[in-house]
Amino acid sequence: MSVRARVFRRRVRSMVLTGVVAGLCALAVLPLLFILGDLVAKGASSIDWSFFTRNPAPAGESGGGVANAIVGTGIIVGLACLIGLPIGIGAGIYLAEYGSGRLGWIVRFVADVMNGTPSIVVGIFAWTFIVKPVGRFSALAGGVALAILMLPMIARTTEEMVRLVPHSLREAALALGYPRWRTSLTVIVRTALSGIVTGCLVAVARIAGETAPLLFTALGNLNFSTSLTQPMQTLSLQIYVYATGPFDEWHRLAWAAALVLMGLVLVIALLARWVTRQRYGAS
Amino acid sequence: MAPPEPLPHITTQRLTALYHRQAAIKDVTIALPRHSVTAIIGPSGCGKSTFLRCLNRMHELSDGGWVTGKVLLDGQDVYGGGVDPVRVRRRVGMVFQRPTPFPTMSIHENVAAGLRVNGKLSGRALNEAVEQSLRRAALWNDVRDRLHTSAVALSGGQQQRLCMARALAPEPEVLLLDEPTASLDPAGTQRIEELCHELKARYTIVIVTHNLQQAARVSDRTAFFYLGELIEVGRTSDLFTKPALEQTEAYITGRFG
Repeated sequence: MSVRARVFRRRVRSMVLTGVVAGLCALAVLPLLFILGDLVAKGASSIDWSFFTRNPAPAGESGGGVANAIVGTGIIVGLACLIGLPIGIGAGIYLAEYGSGRLGWIVRFVADVMNGTPSIVVGIFAWTFIVKPVGRFSALAGGVALAILMLPMIARTTEEMVRLVPHSLREAALALGYPRWRTSLTVIVRTALSGIVTGCLVAVARIAGETAPLLFTALGNLNFSTSLTQPMQTLSLQIYVYATGPFDEWHRLAWAAALVLMGLVLVIALLARWVTRQRYGAS
Repeated sequence: MAPPEPLPHITTQRLTALYHRQAAIKDVTIALPRHSVTAIIGPSGCGKSTFLRCLNRMHELSDGGWVTGKVLLDGQDVYGGGVDPVRVRRRVGMVFQRPTPFPTMSIHENVAAGLRVNGKLSGRALNEAVEQSLRRAALWNDVRDRLHTSAVALSGGQQQRLCMARALAPEPEVLLLDEPTASLDPAGTQRIEELCHELKARYTIVIVTHNLQQAARVSDRTAFFYLGELIEVGRTSDLFTKPALEQTEAYITGRFG
């Protein structure tokens, strides 16, 4: 075969393969685009100012909004962060800095198993240990369930981010006469901080849309409530109720609520991107 | 007549450093005079860096690193019972092969880092100490207008001088330099070498180098290590012109290593 023919064949093969890879890539992004397009098409028309400021209307009546669900999502996710972030970040730092022994191995293994645990199981766990003994569904139980869900994600991301800090920085701090714990906190964690924050935001975005663990814990509430000891509504629960309900009006509102929830997750994801960018921009 | 030898500041006695069961340096006994520059030369893997890291108790932080023998700093064994390695490292500063500025800190914060951890200085006194350290490292004029900008924006040579300033700020007695010019261009290298000359009036300096000309230029005394053992040590001028041992001569004339 002539050189020319071989070059030609190589080019054709390269083009075909590039085409295949590009096609697969498009296939991966397509579902997201469809979901977004569908949400906007079916939900956008129902979103107006009162959708954000009013509570759900009684069954059968038109109008009403999801103010209670938005506030409830904020409270329950906030509660989950309050419990989950300190424990998760602390565990992650421990794993990276001191976790080379047996205890570290056990914690890491448990975190990996927890990461794969279906969220509904976590919901049942929270129901068994909080809802049942107390005898009441509550926002608190929902927050705890979501916190348990985010814990392993945060711990493992934090560990990885801390491990990414170059060993030379640790040595530089120790050679300056830093005790080990101060090296960890002021140099290592500070250097890894933007990565840790990104990991936390991703975890928050993931739990913000969880429904299953909240069904047995926060339960849902058609009225506006900020009490931690009472059932509370979230956007995901609201979508569940509306989407499975019998009224066309409810279906319409479910689409709108889904669009709001998707928007919220998108904003958090973008925030995570932005934090990461800041990091590379500075160095 | 040469001037008399100054009194030793650091003395090692039968110092052996190991990684797990493998000895990296064996039975090294050497005296490092006060306010002088001692160069450590030898082929790669001969234990130069390990020796340096024993002097400020950094070696024991390596995986499986441990030490036998003594390192006397002003007569006191830094490996003696009840000696806090953190305190030793505050007396014996160190600069590494690659510049290691803390990336999240400004230039000012980098230099102040070692002072902060030591405690009391604040406000004005801290600023003065930072300026003094930067001046000693010949970096002040380069950075005086941007003290509060990121340290990683500096050039490689400036970063290395920043690390010098950071090491000098806590007022150590000894400065350990582990191939400090290995990643620098000729101009940056020259600045660091000039610094060695200036700083030896205040500090005892030990410098590990692969560059024999550099050893000849900056040091008062030179120690030749080979396969983990101290082969020969003496005045730099003597060691380079009339080495006592065949092995040393072979190395400095480039016949091996």
